[in-house]
Formats: sequence, C-alpha cells, structure tokens
Amino acid sequence: MTFSPDLEARFARLLESYPPGRRRSALIPMLMYAQDEVGAVTGEVVEEVARRCGVTPLQVDEVVSYYSMLHRQPQGKYHVQVCTNISCLLRGGDKLYEQASRKLGIGHKETTADGRFSLEEVECIGACSWAPAIQVNYDFHHDMTPEKLDKLLASLEKIQ
Amino acid sequence: MAELVHLTIDGRPVEAAPGTLVIDAAKKLGIEIPAFCYYEGLSLQAACRMCLVEVERAPKLLTACTLPVAEGMVVRTATPAVAQARKSMLELLLTNHPLDCPVCDKGGECELQDMAFRYGVGESRFAETKVHVPEKQFSPVVFFDAPRCILCYRCVRICNEGLGVNALGVVNRGAVSEIAPNRGDHLECDECGACIDICPVGALTSGIYRYHARPWEMEHVGTICTFCSNGCKTTLGVRGNRILRGNNRDRSGVNGEFLCIKGRYAFDFLHHPERLQSPLVRSGGELRPVSWVQALGAVAERFLEARARGGRIGVVGSNRTTNEENYFLQKFARQGLGTGSIDHRRTGDVPALLSALAGRGDALATVADLYTTKAALVVASDLAQQHPLFAFQLRANWRHHHARVYTVTRGPVREDQYSVQALRVPPGGELEAVESLAPALRKEPELVILFGGGIRGAAVQRLVAFGDSLGIPVKYVCLVDYSNSRGAFDMGLAPELLPGYQPAPNPGLTLAEMLAAPDLDVLWVVGANPLREASLAAEKAFVVVQDLFLTETAARADVVLPAASAYEKAGTVTNTCGEVQRLRPALKVMGVKSDLEIFGLLARAMRLELGGARPEPVFEEIRANVPGYGVPAAVLATGGAAQTCPAAAPEIPPRPDLVRPASDTLFTSGTLGRYSKVLSSVLEFPGELYKGAGE
Repeated sequence: MTFSPDLEARFARLLESYPPGRRRSALIPMLMYAQDEVGAVTGEVVEEVARRCGVTPLQVDEVVSYYSMLHRQPQGKYHVQVCTNISCLLRGGDKLYEQASRKLGIGHKETTADGRFSLEEVECIGACSWAPAIQVNYDFHHDMTPEKLDKLLASLEKIQ
Repeated sequence: MAELVHLTIDGRPVEAAPGTLVIDAAKKLGIEIPAFCYYEGLSLQAACRMCLVEVERAPKLLTACTLPVAEGMVVRTATPAVAQARKSMLELLLTNHPLDCPVCDKGGECELQDMAFRYGVGESRFAETKVHVPEKQFSPVVFFDAPRCILCYRCVRICNEGLGVNALGVVNRGAVSEIAPNRGDHLECDECGACIDICPVGALTSGIYRYHARPWEMEHVGTICTFCSNGCKTTLGVRGNRILRGNNRDRSGVNGEFLCIKGRYAFDFLHHPERLQSPLVRSGGELRPVSWVQALGAVAERFLEARARGGRIGVVGSNRTTNEENYFLQKFARQGLGTGSIDHRRTGDVPALLSALAGRGDALATVADLYTTKAALVVASDLAQQHPLFAFQLRANWRHHHARVYTVTRGPVREDQYSVQALRVPPGGELEAVESLAPALRKEPELVILFGGGIRGAAVQRLVAFGDSLGIPVKYVCLVDYSNSRGAFDMGLAPELLPGYQPAPNPGLTLAEMLAAPDLDVLWVVGANPLREASLAAEKAFVVVQDLFLTETAARADVVLPAASAYEKAGTVTNTCGEVQRLRPALKVMGVKSDLEIFGLLARAMRLELGGARPEPVFEEIRANVPGYGVPAAVLATGGAAQTCPAAAPEIPPRPDLVRPASDTLFTSGTLGRYSKVLSSVLEFPGELYKGAGE
C-alpha cells in the first residue's frame, strides 16, 4: 500500500524519531495520519502499518479497537464524540449524549444519511478538568451545556 | 553475587536478592499474596490488582507483583485495608463473570473460585444485568467464553513470549475488552493449548475436554508423551477407561508446563475406531480374527520351524516401544531366534555422535541445559516444528538469560525472531556454514550444539571436531524423531550394535537388506511400518506384525498381534538427550497386550529361556548389563529423568546411509499421528517444513 509523498515523508521522519528497535512507538501517530488520509483504518492500513512498525496485525488491532480516535469505518464529516466517563457523567455528559442523539437522529457509532455527522459515546478523552467535554474531529469543546451543544451542532450544520 | 536486601513482611524479616519481587519474597516466608496476572517466567502485567499490599511510607497500596524489594522495606499483607482491597477486586472481577461454575470446565480447579473462597465477600453490590457475549470457537481445540475472562493477559503472554507465535491479543476497551485470535475469527497458530491451561478461569477451554468431566472425577496419570523424542511428561486425565485430557500443570518432568498439540491432545489415536483389538491370522488369503492362543501358537510354530532349518529371520523394532521391550526383543532375536538381523528405522545418527565423543558423557546436553546454556547452535533442524520443547526451552533461555542462539538451517525457523545469526544453506552445506561461525562461537563461554538427522556419519565427526576446536565447553544433542528412537539405538536394535553400543559379533541384515532379500523366511515387525515406503522382496516370507493399527505392513502380514500403546503400559523410554523416564499405564484397551507381554508369551510358547518378561526385572537387567544405563532407580521411581551416558565402542562401523529422518511436522507423527483425528482436524495440518522440503 502506498501513501501520498507528503505522508511518506512524514512516516520516514516519524520512524527516525525513536531509538533503534523501538519502531513500534510510531504506531499511534502513524495510524492517525493514515486515517486522516485514507478516511479510516482499513484492513489494508492495519496490515501496512503493522509491517512498517514491526508488529503483528493483531497488535495493531488491539490499539485501533482501544482508542476512540481510531476508526475501522469511515465516519461522518463531523465526528461527534461525547464523553460519558465518570467526570463528564457527573456533570451531565449522558444528557448531552442523549441530546446529540435526538438532534442528529442517530445512535452510537452511527452516521447520518447525508454523511455529515456521526456520533459516538466515548470513554475518557482526558478533559476531566473541563467536564463535560465533547470532541468533534480534532477539536475539543469544554464545559459543555445543552445550549452550547445546540449552538455547536447548528454551526456545524451551516458550514458548507 | 550482589548483597542481599533485607526487608520485613508481616513483621517477619526476610532477605532476598536485589530485584526480587515482593510477591516472591513473601513466598519464601510461606506468605501467599494472591494474584491472577502474575505468572512466573512471563513479563509483568499488574492488570488484576489482586496482589495489593501495604508498604510503609507509601501513600497507596502497591502491587506486590511489580514491586522490587528494597533495603528496610516494611510490607504488610494482612491489614484491614489489604483485605478490603482484595474483596473489592474480587467483587469487580465478578461483576460480569457468570456464576456458571457448576457447568464450567474449570470448576474445581479455578483460581477465581479459590480466591473468592479465600478472600472474597459472599455478596455483591452490583444489581445490574451482566454483560453477556456468546462463546466463540477459535479453532478445533480452542474455545473462548468472553464473559468468564478476567483479562489477566496470561494467554496473550504465554503465546507471544513463551511460544513466539503471537496468536492472541486483547481488543476493545473497558467492560467489552476481550481476547481475540490472530486471524479475525479464528486462530492460526501451533494449536498447543498452552493458553487454555494457563487460563486461571474457564474463559479459554479445550475443544477436546470441554463438558466431558469434572476435574475431581478423573484419575491423573503422569507419563511420557509417545510422539516426538523430547520426552515431555504429560499428565493424562482418565475417567471411565478413557483419556479425556492431557496437561502438565504440576510442572513435573523435563518440560515443566510445556506441551505441544501432540502431548496435550493427540492421545485420541488410542480410541480410534480402527484400533486393532483382536489378533488376526491370514487364512484363505484374508486376515481373520482369532484367539490369542491360536495366533501365538501359529507364530511360535513358524518361528521354531524357521530356526530349526536355519532359515533367514529378520526382526524390525520400533521407535516407540519401551527400553524394556527393545532390550527383550533384541535378546529374543539374537538368543532366541539366533538371528543377527535386527534393525529399526533410524532417524538420527546417535552412534556417530557417541563414537565421536569417545566416552565423554559430560558432553551430552540435557533438556535442562537448553534453558541454562549461554549459547546454542541449531544445525539442520526446525525445532518449532520437530522438537517443540527444545524450541520453547531455547526461547525461554533467551528471554530470561539472554542466551545467544545461532541457526544453520535450510529455511526460515522460528529462532530467527531472536537469534544472533541465522544462516540459510542448502542440504549438505551445513558444516561449512557452521565452520564460518567459528570466530563468533569462540567468544562464547559455552555452547550446546543440536543437530538434526541431516547431519550424519563423517559430518557428525567433523561437527564434534569443530566443537573441540573452539576451546570452550561444548555439549551436543543428536536429534532423533520419535519417543524412543534414542532407546532403540541404546538397546541394540541395529545389526551392528549390541545394547550400550557394543559391537555385535555376527551382524546380520539391515532393515533395507531384510526388505530386499528375496530369500527371507520370516519378517517380524514390532511397532513399525516399513512397507509404507518400500516393498518386501521375499513374497513367501512369513510376516508377523505387532501394532495398534492395520498399517500397510500389517496388511501384508500373516499374523497381526494387537499391541498396547505407550499410554497403556509401564516401562521406560529415553529421550533424544539420553534422559530415561518412566511410563505409567493410564488405562487398558480390551484385547491388546503390551509388546513385552507378547514377547514373553511367544518365548514361553517356544520354550525359550529369556528371563521374565515384565518391565521391572527387565529394567533391572538393563541397569546391570547395558553400559551407560546404570541410572539411579530412585530418580525414575519418583518420576524424574536420569541421563544415561553410553560410550560407543570405537570399532562400530559407521552407517550414515541407514539414517532416514522422518520429516514430520508439528501436526504429523508417523503412524500414531495418522490415527489422531485432533491432529488432522486443525487448520494448520499437516504443517509445512520449509515449504515441503523436509530437513
């Protein structure tokens, strides 16, 4: 499998930035960059990244299935991830998730028919200090409230 | 040696080497710190949190399984906080764990049950519905029941680290984490079942044993595996005169807990529907069942007649029969039948090694040496395929002691994952490649050289001369193929050899010569199948076969005598390192007799004076008479392995031409392998040796 020259250059730099014999350390960044370019961590990407990092495809799959930022299927243009772990839950994360689900008309790991939105209830995204938190693609939205969520979804709807 | 570290555990002083973990230091005091994920010999995981202990001046409870001892450390394992932590951990582990212990295979020998009994609370605060996932079948021998899994990672680590197969992983996160196989929905691996045995709960279960019995209903018989030559002890679980499982959880034997698919599951040949259970005698061109008296009478009559008129009698021994049987058979042939024509299918050139060593018994490696040696050289053998215990031992040695392993093989081998040098050579080029390693090997403090059946005759001599030239202590293992291939040589199942590698005064025909002799009168084949690959020239020869199945050879026989397998008899076998171990009978199969018993009955029918044909007196005779076999009886009686040190007489003629390695894989093993449904049921069967090119 080949990637764009830019990505290949990035991978080359990445592999050089770890000590010898520690190629596997490049696994997560490589998967994220590959996902950005390919659109999802496909089976082909798993095999290729495994080969480049010197691990087995199963070991790549362990990582992909663990992290909510890595996806085996293509997501909507805006991938809305609502944290419902303990800190966010105590501050209304579960309500936010239900609200998003109602507004978008989709459930956990589903995508809207127009491909614009996908929704996921995720484990801790490391933003407990500003709970409840929502992540859309690579952007974090802190101290969310039902009103802020409505505004956020409406603004995403408007972007062409 | 570094100075010992002093610490206190539960108020009792203990000293331990630096680097010792608190969980192990406590063991020295007889204090048990409970743990699921901690497993001796595997990497640390600290996943189960069961081993939490209080350490003075530490703000929180610490995991004893990852905590190295420190000078002056004060550890407490019996405080209310620790007891509460254990209770909480068990409560958490049991949130989704089904309470199906009454039908779970592990019930009665389950670590979670034991821990809950000893450290748990009787009730749970969780009222939520348990997460349930249907069970999955990973392979014919491996089943996975996700809800029972406590995510200790033992299976993942034994497969990745112990075997180097990397077939298991943990996918997903949190409550839905589960063990996953390497090929999507199924496994592609050695199918050894180590993951099942190491599982502390009933999450991984065996396709062979599951739902067959409760562990306490079985009788557990520790005996030696009857397949390859490594001599693993397998503990057979027997109920209702059937073997239900094999494992070695008590770590007795040279193999510790290790077993491959053969030792753990392939005992099923024994219950194969085609197993012979009655003697057969040819009449009217067909083999028909007769009584033992008739069959033995017919054989005795023809043997006596052939001996009386000085006919040519050939005897073929087995790679699987016991030392006692082999010894008695050669005595029967040489003294009873007056023939020097006795041989077996040779799978490695043991006599060549013993000749080259000229009596240096200390130059023969043991299985234990493979785990301790600083360096090893593997020549012309794919250990993971043909000698799985040795592959495991060397790998463990590399993991634990950084052993330096060199390989000289025809194709890729599993040792490539960690070997310091791996040379690929065409057959015949091995010695040159080995010699090219001299500068590196000279720098090693010691070396064990293992060589396969492709190295024979003069090549063995050259290899030993090379080892001698290195100027370091070198030990050798001549790899042979089957459970008692070594014992067949040791007991003189060769025309040129008497027991103990003494020269035979009147050597008769070799196996190939027997088959080719047009005037052979009698061919007596015990536990072998020479006619699978060759034909018998003497069309009129009277053929007697002792075997478990109607093999190609048995189908040509005039009399077939149904024999007992190694799992049905007592006696001793010798592994490829020359270590003698004792067999224990696990069950009886109706209608069959052990080969030794058959020899005894035949001797009586022929009125021969060959001594008692029972394992114990014959072994005493071997100990007294066979050079190198004066092993301590107590070691064997207590289930140990005692290494023999035979010295080959220098005048023994080299016969490298007779050595024909079997080229079996991890999933095949001569006749017995063909009758094991388990071996042929796995996807990986028949396995590959260098893509079809056997070593």
